[in-house]
Amino acid sequence: MKRSNEPVLWVLFSAGGVVAAFLIPVLLFLLFLAFPLGWLKPPSYESLLSLVRLPITRLVLFALCFFSLFHWAHRFRYTLYDGLQIKHLNQLIFPFCYGGALVGTAVAAYILWNI
Amino acid sequence: MNEVRQNPAYTEFRPRWYRAQVSTWWWLGRWSYLKFILREISSVFVAWFVAELLLALSALSSGPGDYGEFQDFLRNPFVVATNVVSLFFVIFHAVTWFNLAPKAMAVRVGGKRIPDLWIEGPNYLAWAVVSAIVAWFLLRA
Repeated sequence: MKRSNEPVLWVLFSAGGVVAAFLIPVLLFLLFLAFPLGWLKPPSYESLLSLVRLPITRLVLFALCFFSLFHWAHRFRYTLYDGLQIKHLNQLIFPFCYGGALVGTAVAAYILWNI
Repeated sequence: MNEVRQNPAYTEFRPRWYRAQVSTWWWLGRWSYLKFILREISSVFVAWFVAELLLALSALSSGPGDYGEFQDFLRNPFVVATNVVSLFFVIFHAVTWFNLAPKAMAVRVGGKRIPDLWIEGPNYLAWAVVSAIVAWFLLRA
């Protein structure tokens, strides 16, 4: 029997689900709504930059991007299969989802390394 | 052994299998189906958040000018609307994820399943603690 890579993809999906559930709501609310709209006092440019430059912050942000993107790839792939029943387009959907997640992870690594 | 293929070749000697036709919009028929699809769609907003985060980090590393422009972008009414919808979906993701945890982790003590609340409760508590820590770092900075 051919070994399936599905368990590996599922573990990435599951890890991404946990990371996304814990971190994304608070980050989305603060960084992209409350701070730009002036509901709460935003951190200064310099203090935010020094916070992001800490190795632990870079590591957490990288893990957040990596796992969340693979979470998206897996779940979105099955949404297309189950919701729209287009499993026959697998050869298009599979590289689009996981390839997109890989590209996003590489971009995240590049930005966080050089920031 | 022959595998059952997705699209086998049909001949006149091998008739087409019977497969019930399901409408593309099957998930609109019932609230629980729609909730399932909405939960799955939440992943799109998770990806949107990551894209937005990468834009923010890239602007942050280019300098204060670019970072200021990115803040203006975040004040665009369409972006604000997208982020409000995204916030709803990522919270929906978190709640459905934590509610699923007891079903994924069947912990038994003394031969009996422990109550769902014993697994959900710590998850929600951890969510509150993690959110408070992140908020503390960002609000103090």
